[in-house]
Amino acid sequence: MPINIEGLKFTYSNGGPFEKNALHDINIDIQNGEFIGIIGHTGSGKSTLIQHLNGILKPTAGRVIINGIDTKQKDLKELRRQVGIVFQYPEHQLFEDTVKKDISFGLLKQGLSEEEIQQRVISALHSVGLDESILEKSPFELSGGQKRRVAIAGVVAMMPKILVLDEPTAGLDPSGRDEIFGYIKELHRDFNMTVILVSHSMEDIAKLAGRVIVMNEGTVYMDKPSGEVYTQPDQLEKIGLSAPQITYLMKRLKTILPDIDENIFTVEAAVKELQKHLKQ
Amino acid sequence: MSIFFDVQEVSFAYSSYGEVPVEVPALENVSAQIDKGDFVVILGRNGSGKSTFSRLLNALLVPKKGIVLVAGKDTSNEDNVWDIRSTAGMVFQNPDNQIIATTVEEDVAFGPENLGVEPSEIRKRVDEALETVGISQYKRNAPHLLSGGQKQRVAIAGILAMKPECIILDEATSMLDPVGRREVIKVLRKLNREENITIIHITHHMDEAAMADRLIVIDHGEIVLDGTPQEVFSNVDKVKSLGLDVPQVTELMYDLKKQGINIDKLPLTVDEAFEIIKALVR
Repeated sequence: MPINIEGLKFTYSNGGPFEKNALHDINIDIQNGEFIGIIGHTGSGKSTLIQHLNGILKPTAGRVIINGIDTKQKDLKELRRQVGIVFQYPEHQLFEDTVKKDISFGLLKQGLSEEEIQQRVISALHSVGLDESILEKSPFELSGGQKRRVAIAGVVAMMPKILVLDEPTAGLDPSGRDEIFGYIKELHRDFNMTVILVSHSMEDIAKLAGRVIVMNEGTVYMDKPSGEVYTQPDQLEKIGLSAPQITYLMKRLKTILPDIDENIFTVEAAVKELQKHLKQ
Repeated sequence: MSIFFDVQEVSFAYSSYGEVPVEVPALENVSAQIDKGDFVVILGRNGSGKSTFSRLLNALLVPKKGIVLVAGKDTSNEDNVWDIRSTAGMVFQNPDNQIIATTVEEDVAFGPENLGVEPSEIRKRVDEALETVGISQYKRNAPHLLSGGQKQRVAIAGILAMKPECIILDEATSMLDPVGRREVIKVLRKLNREENITIIHITHHMDEAAMADRLIVIDHGEIVLDGTPQEVFSNVDKVKSLGLDVPQVTELMYDLKKQGINIDKLPLTVDEAFEIIKALVR
C-alpha cells in the first residue's frame, strides 16, 4: 500500500499546559495515482493530517507508512523525496534572489547534475504555465499569482510521487484558481502523481477529485467517491460544511419536478438535466 | 445618507527602486463615493488594484494625485491619520501578519487598550467580539496553535473590539471554510444593519458578493462595474472576461436562457432560482 495510515493519533504539546488533541483514530489507505480531496471546516485537523505524510509531525500513537517508509524513523531524506508538500501561502517560503535559484534549491540538496537541474527547473516552470523569461527575475517582483506558481514549481521540480497541496488557491481570483487547478490535473494525469488536495472549495473538489475524505474534529467523518459526498448536503451541514449551490437547487426542484435527477452538483450537468424538463 | 468615503480622481503608483527607478501604476483616475452604512463588496482579479484602493481608504497609502476624504478628513494630512485609522479598521488576508499577543484574548484586547478604553469595557468588548466570531472556547489558547481559519477569526475579533465606524476587510475570509465564511458575513451584515457600521469587503467569493448592497469591480486600476449585485452579475460574459465568476445558479440560468428558455431576470440565490423555475414549470 503506497500510503497506509493506521490508528493515527496526534496531540499538540503532549503533556504540556496547552495540550490539544488534534487527530485521533485515523485509518486511511491510498493507492498510487489516486486524486484525493480533503475537506473539513477550519480546525478539523486537515493540515495536521497532511503534515504527517512527510514526517514533519510524528504520530503520538499509531503509524504512517509511505511506500514502506515509517515516518517515525530518523532518516527522512528518501521520504521527503517521495512526498512533496505545498503549504498554505507557499509564496512566503520564497527566499532566493532569482526564480531559478529558488526552484533549484531542493534539487541542489539532492546532488543532481547541473544539466539535470536545468532540465527539471524548466519542465517544472512549464507545468505551472510559466516560461524561461522569468528565470532570472527576483521572486519578489512577481505578482501574487506568479509567486504562488513559482513556489509550486519548486515542489514539482523534485518530482515527488505524492504531491500534497494545502489550499493552493486561497486568495487567488477565479481565473487564477482555475489555472492552478488545471495544472494540478495535468500533473496528475501526465506523471501519474498521487495528488492529495486540501481545499474549501466544494465546487473545485467536486470537479477534480475522485475520492473525498471529509474531516471533522480530528477524525475521518466520511471517505467516499466524490459524487456520493455531495449528494448528502445535510450530512455535510451537520459538521459545518455545505454542498455546491446546484445541489441545493436540484433537491428543491425535486419537490416540484418529481422526475428530475437530484444527484447533480455541477452547472454543466444541471443545464443538461433542466433542458429535459423545461419548455424551450 | 452622508458620504463616508469620498474618493476624488485618485491615481496611485508604486515606486520600485531598482537600478533604474520605475513607477508601477496601480490606480488611474478613480472616483467613488461610499455612503455611511453601506455594505460594499469590491471584486477584481489579482493585481487589479483593489487592495490599493482599500489601503487608500484608511490612509495606509496616500494618493499620488487626487484626494481621499474619510468622514470629511483628508488622508494626505498626517494630523488626520490617527482619527482616520480609528474610524476605519482594517483586517488583512494573512492573520499571521497581524496577530501579536501570546493568547487569543490578549490579542483581541490589544486594539481597545491602545485606544485607551476602560479595562472593564475592554473585558466586555473582548468577550463579545470572541463570541461574535465563534471562538470563545479558545480565548486562553496560544494563537499560533490555532488553524488558519481560526486565526483569521481572531484577527476579525480584534477589529470588532475596537468598534470602528467602518470595517475594511482585505480578503479576510480567504482561509475560512464555507460555513465559517457565511458566519463572518452574517456577523458583518448584523453589524451593518444594527449598528450602521460601514463595511468594505474585498473577496474572490461570488456568494459573498451576492449579499452586498453594492458591488464595485476594479480592473487594471479602474472601476469597470459599479451597481447592485443583481445589476453587476447580469453581465455574465463581461464579469467572466474580467477573470471573475458569477454564482452557480446565475450561470445555470444564463446558460438555459442562451438555449432559448424564457428567463427574464437572472437569479443570485437558490431561492430566486427555484422561484423562476417554478414559474416556468407551471
